[in-house]
Amino acid sequence: MDVLLDNTDIFVRGFRNTLLLFVFSAAASLVLGTVLAMLRVSPVPVFRAAGTAYVTIVRNTPLTLVFFFFVFAFPLLKIISQDDYTPFIGAVIALSLYTAAFVCEVIRSGINTVSPGQMEAARAVGLTFGQTLGSVVLPQAARSVVPPMISTMIALLKNTTVAAGFSVVEAGAIRDYLSERGESVLVGLLWVAFIFVILVIPLTLLQRALEKRWSVAR
Amino acid sequence: MSVNTALFDFPGPKARIRHRIYAAVGVIAIAALLGFVIWRFADSGQFDARRWEWIQYEYVQVALVDALVNTLRAFAAGAVLALAFGAILAAGRLSDHAILRVPAAAIVEFFRAVPLVILIFVFHYGFSLGSPFYSVVLGLMLYNGAVFAEIFRAGVLSLPRGQSEAAYAIGMRKTQVMNLILLPQALRAMLPVIVSQMVVLLKDTALGFLITYKELLDYARYLGGIAEFGRPLIPLTIVVAALYIAMCLLLTWLANYLGRRERRSEKHVEHDDRLEKQVEAV
Amino acid sequence: MKLRSLAAGLLVSALALTGCGKEGSPTGGGQAPTQEAASDVTVEGSPTFDKIKARGKVVVGVKEDQPGLGYKDPTTGEFSGFDIEIARLVAAKLGFDATKIEYKAIPSAGREQAIINGDVDYYVGTYTINDKRKEQISFAGPYFVAGQDLLVRKDDTSITGPETLKGKKVCSVTGSTPIQRVRDQGLTEAGNIVELQTYSQCVTQLDQGQVDAVTTDDAILKGYAAQEPDKFKVIGKTFSEEPYGIGLPKDDKALRDKVNDILQTALDDGTWQSIYDATLGKSGATAEKPTLDRY
Repeated sequence: MDVLLDNTDIFVRGFRNTLLLFVFSAAASLVLGTVLAMLRVSPVPVFRAAGTAYVTIVRNTPLTLVFFFFVFAFPLLKIISQDDYTPFIGAVIALSLYTAAFVCEVIRSGINTVSPGQMEAARAVGLTFGQTLGSVVLPQAARSVVPPMISTMIALLKNTTVAAGFSVVEAGAIRDYLSERGESVLVGLLWVAFIFVILVIPLTLLQRALEKRWSVAR
Repeated sequence: MSVNTALFDFPGPKARIRHRIYAAVGVIAIAALLGFVIWRFADSGQFDARRWEWIQYEYVQVALVDALVNTLRAFAAGAVLALAFGAILAAGRLSDHAILRVPAAAIVEFFRAVPLVILIFVFHYGFSLGSPFYSVVLGLMLYNGAVFAEIFRAGVLSLPRGQSEAAYAIGMRKTQVMNLILLPQALRAMLPVIVSQMVVLLKDTALGFLITYKELLDYARYLGGIAEFGRPLIPLTIVVAALYIAMCLLLTWLANYLGRRERRSEKHVEHDDRLEKQVEAV
Repeated sequence: MKLRSLAAGLLVSALALTGCGKEGSPTGGGQAPTQEAASDVTVEGSPTFDKIKARGKVVVGVKEDQPGLGYKDPTTGEFSGFDIEIARLVAAKLGFDATKIEYKAIPSAGREQAIINGDVDYYVGTYTINDKRKEQISFAGPYFVAGQDLLVRKDDTSITGPETLKGKKVCSVTGSTPIQRVRDQGLTEAGNIVELQTYSQCVTQLDQGQVDAVTTDDAILKGYAAQEPDKFKVIGKTFSEEPYGIGLPKDDKALRDKVNDILQTALDDGTWQSIYDATLGKSGATAEKPTLDRY
């Protein structure tokens, strides 16, 4: 308990950054993932190919390598001025691009679960593509999208810890500071693990509850 | 065209022209993006011959293969142990006795909730396990074992009730029903999910980089800092990424191949694929 | 299917590459004197030495990316530098010649852990002796005294010393003494401190302009500057004293005394000087002999 109480500043700072990383990357990856999913179901073959290529490449690349690229290679593109490019921004970009591929797959398979008959019926009554998607497909797809999406977000929350190796002070980096202060690293790490359990379990329970409810309704 | 026929009408002449315009714009946009990236890298000299020279040296090639072998070693050990651990946990979770079921469930939930990085840190920095290899493998085993346990359990639960009922009806005991009837079918049904979790496991070996396990990415970091070769970080990132993607695709291909063979097989049993989605991990 | 065959092709060609290739190094290196292995060495009451003896070889923790100190030639796998020679000297006097040494490259952040875990027998790699580290491990030496300095891009005139770092991005290694000093003395804003795992990563970022200065001991920085004199320069105003020690397991006093004896002899009989001249001294800089700190 002492390790936690004597070093609250580090724990608070670490987990605050972890949550910030999570919130920014979650927002960005949801947007990007949705765009990618739209590309992947689009009637234009080029868009589909581009979406598929992105998902295939990113899903088969380790997150650590994505980080590696965004800390060292990305600045060479000079999209963001060198002065503004902090490791935190690099971490957000890496996490967002990585998670977007998984978000895309969740949304796409969600759309796939809606039976083609629904769409055909919607078209038959004269709805436009936008109306079909907005009023018929997406509301139904949401039921099979939300539970796995929560899993993806849990994974994102856990993945933020990789940033510790790339100069971002978050939960994974608490160890460095504890060892600098000569505190017990083991106890500190177990506290970090415990806090993650506390953060993740409610999300898991929510996911299960939604899944149970909606799988009956379907 | 599986989705598209449902989402869209077959395009008429106007729509076809519109799609062609979109396609042209799309190609230009993607080409422009790729061109920009390549131009920037070329501009900063990343494609100069000097930055690719390293690949010609025999020692570098051998060292790269060594690093690759280390990655695969961690993967192989982690995969075998995780499967075994997962099987034990799944047996616990499916047990009729709460005394086994509850702890098994708690273990599964715990290891699924703790980030793998933290697990590996606990073993390496907390318990001082010696060579980083052990910490990496142990972390991979515990985390993926927990995921495999869920996969196995979902596989067993997804089988039609009639299977176990029929087995009980002809007088089999619990273990017999599990070992002879349920497990073989569940494993078969879950093979694609198991292999895709293997891909996750393979990718996660790269976390060994954080505790200086001498794997592929660690070698890329070392060689990427060598001034004689002009710090070839981007060429190395490209090569290492290609290696990882190739290995993962090979595994995915194996999964698809096994899946296809399974569907052709006469022993195929329809199972509830919603359960499969539940346990899909990132 | 196309993508898959492309990936498969890449893998095959990557493997095929191992079949043909250049040998040797793009640059030649100077040779330091070879050390004769001593025979019949005993270190009474040292568990580490017993372990080494049983294994038949020494496992030494070193740096692999610090030119002049601890550097691994990427094309031959040979280690060279001042630290490496000191490591070889110690091994030789313990009775193991250069062929019986296994080098393990371990970056700064993993040093204590590698010694505690028994991953290495001893560590020689720009390892500053301080009290906090002495709680976890022990040190023989110092065998060299360096001082914290700054490495900047050649054309940068805005940084002239530690007091001019405000508003500049400063890079060093995670958990290293120099970056703690920058933090504690507030030499630059907390948001401008970049911590990476190795110095060469920092130098790469300096080269690319992502950071403005790399800070650590002058000996390390001089190595990088000497390697690419047209790109980098060392400011040359040291603002600390960094005594380098040989990291050893904490409770092994017997081995620590033995290593200190070895170092003392080398300082007295000129071996230390000849090692220095063949490695760090090649840049023309001279160095004071350190005084051992036995405890």
